[in-house]
Amino acid sequence: MSSVTEPGPGALHQFYDRTRERADGAFLYVGGLSELAGQTLQQFRRGPLERPLLTAQLDQIGVRSLSIVIITSAFIGMVLALQTAYALADFGGKMFVGTIVSLSLVRELAPVMMSLMVGGRVGAGMAAELGTMKVTEQIDALRALATNPVRKLVVPRVVACTVMFPLLTVVAIALGIFGGMVIAVTSLHVGANEYLRSVIEAVRYNDLASGIGKTFFFGFSIALIACYNGLQTTGGADGVGRATTQTVVTGAITVLIMDFFLTKLFLFLF
Amino acid sequence: MTETATTTDRRALERGTLERRKFPREPFVEFHDVHKAYGTKKVLRGADLQVFRGEVLVILGGSGSGKSVTLRHMLGLEAPDSGRVMVEEEDVTDLPEEELYRIRKKFGMLFQSGALFDSMTVFENVAFPLREHTDMSEEEIARNVTEKLELVNLPNTGHLMPVDLSGGMRKRVGLARSIVLDPKVILYDEPTTGLDPITSQTINDLIVDLQTKLSVTSVVVTHDIHSAFSVGDRIAFLHQGVFEWVGSMDDARDSDHPRLREFLKASAVVAAQPTKK
Repeated sequence: MSSVTEPGPGALHQFYDRTRERADGAFLYVGGLSELAGQTLQQFRRGPLERPLLTAQLDQIGVRSLSIVIITSAFIGMVLALQTAYALADFGGKMFVGTIVSLSLVRELAPVMMSLMVGGRVGAGMAAELGTMKVTEQIDALRALATNPVRKLVVPRVVACTVMFPLLTVVAIALGIFGGMVIAVTSLHVGANEYLRSVIEAVRYNDLASGIGKTFFFGFSIALIACYNGLQTTGGADGVGRATTQTVVTGAITVLIMDFFLTKLFLFLF
Repeated sequence: MTETATTTDRRALERGTLERRKFPREPFVEFHDVHKAYGTKKVLRGADLQVFRGEVLVILGGSGSGKSVTLRHMLGLEAPDSGRVMVEEEDVTDLPEEELYRIRKKFGMLFQSGALFDSMTVFENVAFPLREHTDMSEEEIARNVTEKLELVNLPNTGHLMPVDLSGGMRKRVGLARSIVLDPKVILYDEPTTGLDPITSQTINDLIVDLQTKLSVTSVVVTHDIHSAFSVGDRIAFLHQGVFEWVGSMDDARDSDHPRLREFLKASAVVAAQPTKK
């Protein structure tokens, strides 16, 4: 008996040490993110925003993400229409296609899917860019030239993401509803007028406010996580790879967790 | 060795540094018992150093001895765990980042890789500090940038992107960028590492040239002995995070400090090998 229980305390110690290390790491990460968020808001308030830098980021994050937003949301709308008609066939599902497609898209699917897709794309890009700047001493060079890297690099990215995510969500909602309509009209033989009327009747302002409102927070968080991971990069090309992967994973998890709590909050508010 | 000594003395005479040594020396940067560790790795273990106004101080030491970390402390890019760092008699150890910007404007730093901003052209890189910190018109900026690029022997390269440049050219553009605000001190982090001997010599000549033309204080971090003797007035030998020996170039040659002797001897042997072939 004693020989079985003997390794117990050692293994327990190891488990305890590892858990504590991970917990320490997690707290440090959240602390670092909060500090960067504070610095970003401080630098933003201090202003003025540097127009050329902001415009470049708005273009990079918004305009260049349009194609993936259009493709993904149109197909999500189409699939949603097909599934709804199939699942609710016995209850006259065709009647509800417009309502279900639009409500699902506005409240949940468009904001979350758009944030995951665009977040992955721009988050990885930002982390890789800032990470490379960090390991090639460009961030240190900025500091050495008496320039604040947060003002120069983080603020334009965070502002651009916070502004662009809601706008891209509007595009995603519109394209998703359009995709649903294409299927409703061509496969389910529902009239376009009928479909659009059910959409307009179903979607209320609070649905739009909740769906689009969430994406302000998603955009802000993804940009912040990407910039933080980029600025914390160490260890050459390998480090840049790690920072990029970590950004995509952490960004996606953060969006999904925040989505739950923000949905609860918005349900309470509206 | 004799040849190097003569060259050094001649250069020192040209710059008037030998003469300057007769006057009371005024410290520009001071380190008092500076300690710095990264995790469990102790890099600086009680570093004491003074950099005097107008001199070229060479920080010599092996890889991982803490040379670059010393430079980063001078700029406030790193804060010491304990000890004090003074710049022009002002204690900068605990200054917040925003306050440090005022101090950093006194310095120009040439990073090991040049650290040019990839997304900008050579012209924009050199113009960057002027656009950030001065109200100069575009014409004045253009005049200044052209002048500095000529000073580092890179005229007509303003339109190139950093990716189009060789290692030596990147360092020279980095140097132009670091002197564009006319700093009082220039910090060189391994200016000749990774360059061929001819380009290295060009960089060494450039350091001496800038010293003469701009009358600045320079700190050169290197493990390249030949570069050290070509440009330096004094040597500070860093070993395991402590400045074990500090003195003039001539004294360094005659020093009986065992590790410094070993370092100088090893470098001479390495340099002699190719000629034996």
